[in-house]
Amino acid sequence: MGQDFVMLSLTPLLIGIAAAVACALPGNFLLLRRQALIGDAISHVVLPGIVAGFLVTGMVATGPMMLGAAAAALVAVILIETIRRLGRIEPGAAMGVVFTAMFAGGVLLLEQSAASGVHLDVQHALYGNLESLIWLDGYGWGALTDPAALAGLPPELGRMGAVLAFTALFVALLWRPFVMATFDEGFARAMGIPTAILGLALVAVAAVSAVAAFDAVGSIIVIAMFICPPASARLMTDRLGRQVAWSVVFATLSAVLGYVLAGYGPLWLGYDNAVSAAGMIATVSGVILGAAALWGPQRQSVSGAGATPQLSSPVE
Amino acid sequence: MLWDALTLQLGYNATLVTLGAMMLGVGAGATGTYLYLGKRALVSDAISHATLPGVVLGFMLMVALGGEGRFLPGLMLGAALSAGLGLLAVTWLTTHTRLHEDAAIGAVLSVFFGFGVVLLTVVQVMDAGRQAGLETFLLGATAGMLRDEALTIALGGAAVLALVRLLHRPMILVAFDPEYAVGQGMRLARVDLAMMGLALAITVTGLKVVGLVLIVALLIIPPVAARFWSERAGNVVVIAGIIGGLAGYLGAAVSATAPDLPTGPLIVLAAFALFVLSLLVAPGRGVLAASVRHMRFQRRVHLRQGLLALGAGQPVYEPLTLRLMRRAGLARADGVATEAGRAMAARARLDERRWQILRSDPAFEAAAARYDGLTPLEEVLTGDQIAALDRGLGPEGAV
Repeated sequence: MGQDFVMLSLTPLLIGIAAAVACALPGNFLLLRRQALIGDAISHVVLPGIVAGFLVTGMVATGPMMLGAAAAALVAVILIETIRRLGRIEPGAAMGVVFTAMFAGGVLLLEQSAASGVHLDVQHALYGNLESLIWLDGYGWGALTDPAALAGLPPELGRMGAVLAFTALFVALLWRPFVMATFDEGFARAMGIPTAILGLALVAVAAVSAVAAFDAVGSIIVIAMFICPPASARLMTDRLGRQVAWSVVFATLSAVLGYVLAGYGPLWLGYDNAVSAAGMIATVSGVILGAAALWGPQRQSVSGAGATPQLSSPVE
Repeated sequence: MLWDALTLQLGYNATLVTLGAMMLGVGAGATGTYLYLGKRALVSDAISHATLPGVVLGFMLMVALGGEGRFLPGLMLGAALSAGLGLLAVTWLTTHTRLHEDAAIGAVLSVFFGFGVVLLTVVQVMDAGRQAGLETFLLGATAGMLRDEALTIALGGAAVLALVRLLHRPMILVAFDPEYAVGQGMRLARVDLAMMGLALAITVTGLKVVGLVLIVALLIIPPVAARFWSERAGNVVVIAGIIGGLAGYLGAAVSATAPDLPTGPLIVLAAFALFVLSLLVAPGRGVLAASVRHMRFQRRVHLRQGLLALGAGQPVYEPLTLRLMRRAGLARADGVATEAGRAMAARARLDERRWQILRSDPAFEAAAARYDGLTPLEEVLTGDQIAALDRGLGPEGAV
């Protein structure tokens, strides 16, 4: 059991948790700033970038594909902004126009490249392949201290861990300005905080998390983790610090429960094949959100209108 | 080949698919307009992703009952039921919790989609032979589409269109001004339900052709593009229908020319191309029209200022002004006024002095508000009024 677990489940589980938390952290601020759908948009627009990175280098290598994804995210932000300004279109619709068009372009590129003999499929992009990120050298718990075995860890684990650390550091370092800019932008500006740059930085960090997680686990987890854990957490508390803590708990819980249910749930029910872990993680996060919406102590806003964010103390 | 496709010469099946896609585009464009004008365009994103569990469950149920799992109307029914559930979840989350609509949309679309993927993997194992093809609902596929399926899609589009025609007035009222609509005795919740119900119907209809990831594009892009062409809501609905239909027709036709050209993405890209075209060349709100307007305005300002300078006996140095005045035959290359230029300059100067008097006279307050340094006074006042004004016009320099 121990050996099987370390070899087959430990790394996917850790990668799943890292991806979930890395997305949930910026998700908290996106949620409060009413930009929750940016995660959705990013995970769609990176597809053409990834395919282009693949087409340019001609191989399934992570470096160029992630560069392509980052470039695509940048192009999307510029396009959305341009269309919004030039056409005087509301941001939601501008986003809808850009992300669908770019995703369509990505699918078209993908089909074209598939036709030329090399393959990279849309399903993989949509729901990733968490289950395949196994640690072949992980012969047992002892392997955790064995440098030779550690060298065989899937590279996604290191990458996702680094992105998680980066995201956490970013949120921790810029906590106060972020809180101020999120709740009272006018006040933050008066205090000399560059709110526009801060907003862009948040989107950029979200994009980094999304691209890294997208590469490791597919876009469903990205979209679900940007929104569901922070939204559930928002229904639990009025204080931002606690909300972020709750969201980390919920994200971890979704990843663990989802992975276990996908891997072992069908066995318990008498089937002998696992189901999609990415899909199951998203489903569990939805169940958690449902529970929070039904029983969360702060599920309704104090004012009853559900409009303005409430904070019991100005800044924690 | 492309020409054959565009003129529907590629055989019976391709023709049916193209016409079906066109009908779908018309229905989607018209329906999407109400969502867009009501600023709720992205709700359709939640609806479309929420169809996946229903499609797969419908398939499983039909197989379990011993039927053909890929029977399109059955799958569409399943899709409609689960999308309806998703829509209810969005509404419930926004009304019963403090979450905003965008968070509710994102949560519903990701969770339903994730659950659908779980079911999809169940199906893949359960029944390896017959499941092939369910994935096509993600991105749409028209290759090998049956005659009945194409007909179902065309009929669905037409039915939605008929309902849109019927419900136009209440939906447009609610989209623009919900409070006024309530004042008119409308049930907001019902109209909203109808609006979303139509979006749901068109989504389900389009699943097979465009796929659930991209169908939302057909509901968003045509209305946004159409908005450039008209300021009247009724016209926007019609134009969005035309743009959507054109996108469906072009996309399906181009896709029929080669096997590796997927229909859904091509339809979306065709819609996007039409959007870019509208953004650039539409009169009124288009970018080109706006820049032409801006240039004209700039020229008028420069010409006027140049004339005023000439009238005051000062030479014109500013290059653009000088060029404009030379082209109009009002000044020579060295900035000295021609005969015509002097006459025009005198008129401009008189006009400016009249305006000055008018603006200092409280009796003309309403007219003075129209002063912008460009409009000739003759366009604002009658001849009699100007004559009255001129009585206050002392000798030059006395003001």
